[in-house]
Amino acid sequence: MDNLNNLSIQDEPVASPASEPRKQKKKKVLLMGKSGSGKSSMRSIIFSNYVAKDTRRLGATIDVDLSHVKFLGNLTLNLWDCGGQDAFMENYLNQQRQHVFSNVGVLIYVFDIESRDFDRDLLTYRSIVQALAQFSPTASVYLLIHKMDLIPPVQREDLYNHRVSIVRSKSATFDPTPFATSIWDQSLYKAWAEIIHDLVPNLDQIEKHLGSLGKMIMAEEVLLFERSSFLVVSSWCSKEIFTGDKDNPAQNPTYDRNERLSNIIKNFKQSTSRYTGTPKSAEQFSVFELKMPNFCMFIVKFTTNTYLGVVLPPGEERFNAAMENCYIARKEFEDLDSPAKKSADRGATSESLETA
Amino acid sequence: MPVLHTGRRRTKLDRSYNGPPRQGPVRHISPAQLNLERVYEQNRINIQKKDATKAPEPAPGPAAKGKPRLLLMGQRRSGKSSISSVVFHKMPPNETLFLESTARIQKDSMHSFMDFQVWDLPGQLDFMDPSFDLDAIFCEIGALIWVIDAQDDYIEAINRLNSTILNLQPSYQNVNIEVFIHKVDGLSDDYKLDIQRDIMQRIQDELSDHGVENAPITFHLTSIYNHSIFEAFSKVIQKLIPHLATLEALLNDLCRSCRFEKAYLFDVLSKIYIATDSSPVDMPSYEICSDYIDVIVDVSEIYGWERPKEYIEFLEGPPWNKKLDDQVACKNAESVIVLTDMKRPIMLREVNQYLALVAIMCEGSHEKMPSVTMNVEATVTGLSEVFEITKHRK
Ligand SMILES: Nc1nc2c(ncn2[C@@H]2O[C@H](COP(=O)(O)OP(=O)(O)OP(=O)(O)O)[C@@H](O)[C@H]2O)c(=O)[nH]1
Ligand SMILES: Nc1nc2c(ncn2[C@@H]2O[C@H](COP(=O)(O)OP(=O)(O)OP(=O)(O)O)[C@@H](O)[C@H]2O)c(=O)[nH]1
Ligand SMILES: [Mg+2]
Ligand SMILES: [Mg+2]
Repeated sequence: MDNLNNLSIQDEPVASPASEPRKQKKKKVLLMGKSGSGKSSMRSIIFSNYVAKDTRRLGATIDVDLSHVKFLGNLTLNLWDCGGQDAFMENYLNQQRQHVFSNVGVLIYVFDIESRDFDRDLLTYRSIVQALAQFSPTASVYLLIHKMDLIPPVQREDLYNHRVSIVRSKSATFDPTPFATSIWDQSLYKAWAEIIHDLVPNLDQIEKHLGSLGKMIMAEEVLLFERSSFLVVSSWCSKEIFTGDKDNPAQNPTYDRNERLSNIIKNFKQSTSRYTGTPKSAEQFSVFELKMPNFCMFIVKFTTNTYLGVVLPPGEERFNAAMENCYIARKEFEDLDSPAKKSADRGATSESLETA
Repeated sequence: MPVLHTGRRRTKLDRSYNGPPRQGPVRHISPAQLNLERVYEQNRINIQKKDATKAPEPAPGPAAKGKPRLLLMGQRRSGKSSISSVVFHKMPPNETLFLESTARIQKDSMHSFMDFQVWDLPGQLDFMDPSFDLDAIFCEIGALIWVIDAQDDYIEAINRLNSTILNLQPSYQNVNIEVFIHKVDGLSDDYKLDIQRDIMQRIQDELSDHGVENAPITFHLTSIYNHSIFEAFSKVIQKLIPHLATLEALLNDLCRSCRFEKAYLFDVLSKIYIATDSSPVDMPSYEICSDYIDVIVDVSEIYGWERPKEYIEFLEGPPWNKKLDDQVACKNAESVIVLTDMKRPIMLREVNQYLALVAIMCEGSHEKMPSVTMNVEATVTGLSEVFEITKHRK
């Protein structure tokens, strides 16, 4: 089950370059950075249900590990996990330059905060960004300053800010979005949820629907999770949590709650998988209900690719009605989630990704 | 405020920084904040004291069974502070790498279903020094936990344990001695058992050479990297709980009437289980229940913020026209999750501000929740009564 070294799912030796004129919903995502910076680790945690400590067993990536991740709304990520050893980097920048850097939707560049030779990392980054500017000038760039857990907590913020400002200045025409991350806490989910959020195609529609569902059931918050990564791909917050000031509804003060919740559930899925002896990639639960004196919530299996989370004010009646309405709304969302549902392989593809 | 409702970790609200929390659960706190917390804690204790004056004060001295003391002893770097930080302060295990060697006795007071103290003693402390006030340390002792690093050479640790036991024997015969054979993560099962056998043998031999037989010594294989440390503490604490048998009987009844597979009564903060039904404890069911508590605590921490009063008024207005309290069926926390595999549900029900009942139900129970809930309600009432009695009797 846990064949850790067999991470590469479909090692298409080289993806056909003339691939996607009509299926624009495929997005090419480059995951780059120095060898050992943690690229494969984060990929396997987010997309293959690894826990942080499993990543210690990952070997260095040889060349590019290509995987396809199916998301809701017919989005497919073509994730290029690019081995970071010098020889490979050379190769991407020279012989493979056009092949690697053309049609890129997103570049995620990972810096190891503990790297002993930051200057050198910067040089490499610069060359990569230049290549990207040449072949995919409209790509988005995300910087992950990674392994933050290794830095004593009091120094984290300063060091992070310092590194980011330097990297920014070497980013050519791009305006990268930075994150401080660690596989040991929810910060990784925050970064990836934002990246994915920027990529999901019919998100406007999904968000509109979530909003009307939320209003109807009087929810405080509605969250849509991708079912295997448990990333929050879309969320809606009520504007009717009244305060004295009508124009200024109250907000849950925990600003990082979405990624925390992803992290909590992902971790609990590990426990349930251990407990039931079923693979981590299997759907681990169908309903979760929680009723507290000051709020209640449920998370239910929703559409093919999603779970729905709902936070409500307390009250038995409201809770039951909301749950029923969500089950009714399922159908509508199912259509948004996977218009091409008939294709029999969709379930299978995302399954195989999770290193079954 | 019940632990389940407030969560336990402090969060710093700050949007400009997209990263891991700058402060862990306990140690990484700025001095100013630490001070604030100390003041807060002081106030809390004072308030508790005031409340307590209503109930009769416990008699002082060794008879004050209300506040047993757990002593953590052992060689330097054997893992004592790590254990107390992980179990009682929710420090993530990998952060114990940053712990510094303990210079002075660390006294922690735990206010929970039963108040107890955890004393973390520095490894290099020499008790046998005649100037040392043994009585002050051992008078209210509930258990002596001796931590042995299983990944290190343990001969010296055992020699010190033996001489400590022999030293204490004359005056403190009934002290439970709990040997934690610690850091067994990464050791093979066979090797673990070999070590345990060897350690037991060495202690027994030495003690019987000195004419001490049947000293109350129990051995546990532990590691902070999994649930074993919590299991071990559960067993240590259960020996100190009054009315354990009553609690167990209540849980047995519940399991029978609802066909639960297993039920645990947990101390929410430490996740030590203080009672369970009589079916055998298996690590997997303990783990899943314990992890489920984490889920509830963590989720509550995120969503349990205080809503503005205008909003509450709105919720209590039309069309409901009812106080929120009357809109809810149960005033305590309730939760259930249905695992896909075998449709097995797990349920959690808060008992009082410190305790929660967590049970693994049988297939199909989720559809019968109303009747399950009634039975659980009755059990919870029973359990709460037991603790009321314990509290007032002292
Ligand atoms: N402390 C810490 N270690 C991490 C973190 N992320 C990854 N690691 C460790 O870093 C090591 C290398 O990780 P990989 O993911 O294999 O690195 P990579 O970037 O894929 O390396 P190449 O494939 O050679 O390019 C593993 O042992 C991980 O456990 C992190 O956030 N914190
Ligand atoms: N592998 C492993 N390491 C552990 C475990 N428990 C503690 N450690 C490590 O052991 C080291 C020493 O832990 P401490 O808790 O400081 O030891 P101590 O007994 O309090 O030491 P003194 O204060 O000097 O008496 C730390 O680096 C911990 O991370 C465990 O269960 N497994
Ligand atoms: Mg790799
Ligand atoms: Mg110590």
